[in-house]
Amino acid sequence: MKVELRDPNKIMKLSRLGSFHQSKLSFLRSFLNEFKEWEYKRDLFNLSENGFGEAVYSFKKNKRVYSLVCFANEIKDEERSDRVIATKWDAAFTLHDGVPRKKDIERLKNEVPKQEVGRLSYKELTLSRANKSVRIYNHVVESLSKGKQPDLNLLSKVGYLYRTTAVYGSGKFGLADRFRIKHREEINGPFRLEMMLVYLVRQFTFDQVNHVAYNKNPKTAVKLDDNICKNLGIGNSTGLGMAPFIVNHPTLLNNWILSREKALKKIREIKDVESQDSDLFIDCVKKSLKNITSWNTDSEYQQKKISSLLKDVEKFLNFIDKDFNFEIEYPFNKIYKWLEDNTCEECIEYIVSIMMEPYNNIVNPLVKEMSSDEEKYFTIPTHRKVEELRNIIEAKYPNILDINFEEKENNKNFWFISKNKEEPRLADRFEEHGSELEQPLAIARDIKKLYEKLLVSKNSLTIAEFLTSNSELRHVVRRAFIVEKFPYSEIQDNTIGKDLIPIDMLRLKLSFFGALKFDPRSDKWLRICMFQGAPLPNELKSYDEQWVYKTNI
Amino acid sequence: MKSLSEIETTVKRASKAAGYSWGVSEEIGKSIRLLELFSLPGIKHLNEYFNQKNKSKFENLNLISENNSSSNHPYCPITLGVSFLDQINILENLKKIDFKNIAYPIIFISFISRSSEIIGKKISVKIDEKKMLLNLNVNISSNFIDQEFPKIADTIEVNLLENEDNFTNDEWNNLYKLSEETFVEESDSLKEGAAGAGLTDND
Repeated sequence: MKVELRDPNKIMKLSRLGSFHQSKLSFLRSFLNEFKEWEYKRDLFNLSENGFGEAVYSFKKNKRVYSLVCFANEIKDEERSDRVIATKWDAAFTLHDGVPRKKDIERLKNEVPKQEVGRLSYKELTLSRANKSVRIYNHVVESLSKGKQPDLNLLSKVGYLYRTTAVYGSGKFGLADRFRIKHREEINGPFRLEMMLVYLVRQFTFDQVNHVAYNKNPKTAVKLDDNICKNLGIGNSTGLGMAPFIVNHPTLLNNWILSREKALKKIREIKDVESQDSDLFIDCVKKSLKNITSWNTDSEYQQKKISSLLKDVEKFLNFIDKDFNFEIEYPFNKIYKWLEDNTCEECIEYIVSIMMEPYNNIVNPLVKEMSSDEEKYFTIPTHRKVEELRNIIEAKYPNILDINFEEKENNKNFWFISKNKEEPRLADRFEEHGSELEQPLAIARDIKKLYEKLLVSKNSLTIAEFLTSNSELRHVVRRAFIVEKFPYSEIQDNTIGKDLIPIDMLRLKLSFFGALKFDPRSDKWLRICMFQGAPLPNELKSYDEQWVYKTNI
Repeated sequence: MKSLSEIETTVKRASKAAGYSWGVSEEIGKSIRLLELFSLPGIKHLNEYFNQKNKSKFENLNLISENNSSSNHPYCPITLGVSFLDQINILENLKKIDFKNIAYPIIFISFISRSSEIIGKKISVKIDEKKMLLNLNVNISSNFIDQEFPKIADTIEVNLLENEDNFTNDEWNNLYKLSEETFVEESDSLKEGAAGAGLTDND
């Protein structure tokens, strides 16, 4: 039986993309898989008794070494802010390519804590900073110093000791350009070095808390239990900065979604499912309920989504227990169809993610297809004709063409770059100033404009001729030719309408990172947790691949 | 040192601020990134051009022909470059294209370099008396690498080169003969058994 890939006009809607969940394809899981054989080491740990100073952690294999250089700083409570406008952080980090020399550490000590206003070199690959979750951090230090393990109920409410507020890579602030390292086999997957940084930062947070607790009371202090460490991750606060990324990298977006869609298609096409595979699938769904019930958020919007997700996953388990037999042919296809008919988008995508768990043979080759050499697709095929471009738009953007952008509600917002922080922002064009400096992120509106121009242009004109008098539409001409080859490269929705929920765009990206427990703090930013439940560095050589469904706190 | 990613992003934004559309600004970002990668003064000349753009007039050339001569003002290297890039599939048939009076020609060169990759042919460019060879966008070689690039070129001659060897048959044959010394003369038994397939494939 041949199953078709799902329709991009359905899957690339924001409500669907905003319902995606982590899976085996997620970058933090594929990072762990790639680096499990590497030698992990703590090379330097030079902290004061209060936990301030430098530390270096590394992964090494053959002659390649990646080193996380950490700087822990003392800041005042009033200086601690998760917003990107902050200028001081509890700790700052960079991933250095190779073994840092003393003079590298001295150089980095001056630059890394400054973050966006510091300068890095081509020897640095990623840059980040993080703040303590003060309440949790202090509680853990206090407990450990008294010889006790911390209160698990309190830990479960947060899930981490530190949260990062940005992770930069790919040439930002002088960091190495991607092209310098793109041929390295071990980083043939998106955001792999960003994942490495976050993973090693997590270990630093455990080492630091143990160190401070010990120095507080050397006679009574105990170490944070390994099992508790394992069940703590790293938090992350993410704002709108992430949203334009998925619009600005269309072929990359395509390759992420296409990999997921190919995995689903192949799983639906399995005629006979082995009992060990169906057992693993059901076991993961059942164990994952803990992730839903321990998902804390004050956001009413997210609470509703969690509540319908929980209800639908329970309904699904009931269906599997009572009405379903895995011995039928193409059982996952039947399950998928049942999900489409009976559950919400959040639940459909949740179960789709878990369907991948038994199938390394399907998923692992797809992980290697998730990067993109975007330069290759940048050039516009200007020898092609207006008629061809019009046909592409009609075929690829049918719902976009139905939107009336003359209506105020469909044209309500504009994306801009803030002068203060050089970060993307969203505002109401009818109430705020600055819409004349709008960023080219209103793709749906501009595609519609392009289509209307094409309708009154001669079919036989070449695109080169069309562009001589329509230069303002060049950016969307390029995109239309990209979507012709890459069906999942475009969000099939209005990114400037009044109903836009920007965190849908963030969730899409974060789900591919492998984030858990999305906690929206408004419609424009959210907190998440990464690596919660993941093996510790010294456990990497042999770990439970389904760790993500087995968190204990 | 600025990364190429920073260069591309900042050039794109600056170009938009200088009055180009987002799509054209993306092209400028890619082109200046390329010049800087090749250690050519892209940022310097783009800066100067944007400064001049406010004070002086430049002419836009949208449709390129065999001979292109600006009437009053120098050609804008960006509009000229984008037109060249967009029309390269037609221009390829012309073999030789002449331009007169072009501002900041190094900016124009970056677009020609990208065009060289599109058609898969090397392009030689003569800016007044100086020569450059644009090699499929992989590199740019020239006979004036350490000299100041002109702000105005009186003439630019663009030659689209056919894909030909740049060595003689004799040179090739000599080298090939030498390479044959790594081959093994086949005996009858080797002819029969070493190839894997049979001597006849008529089955």
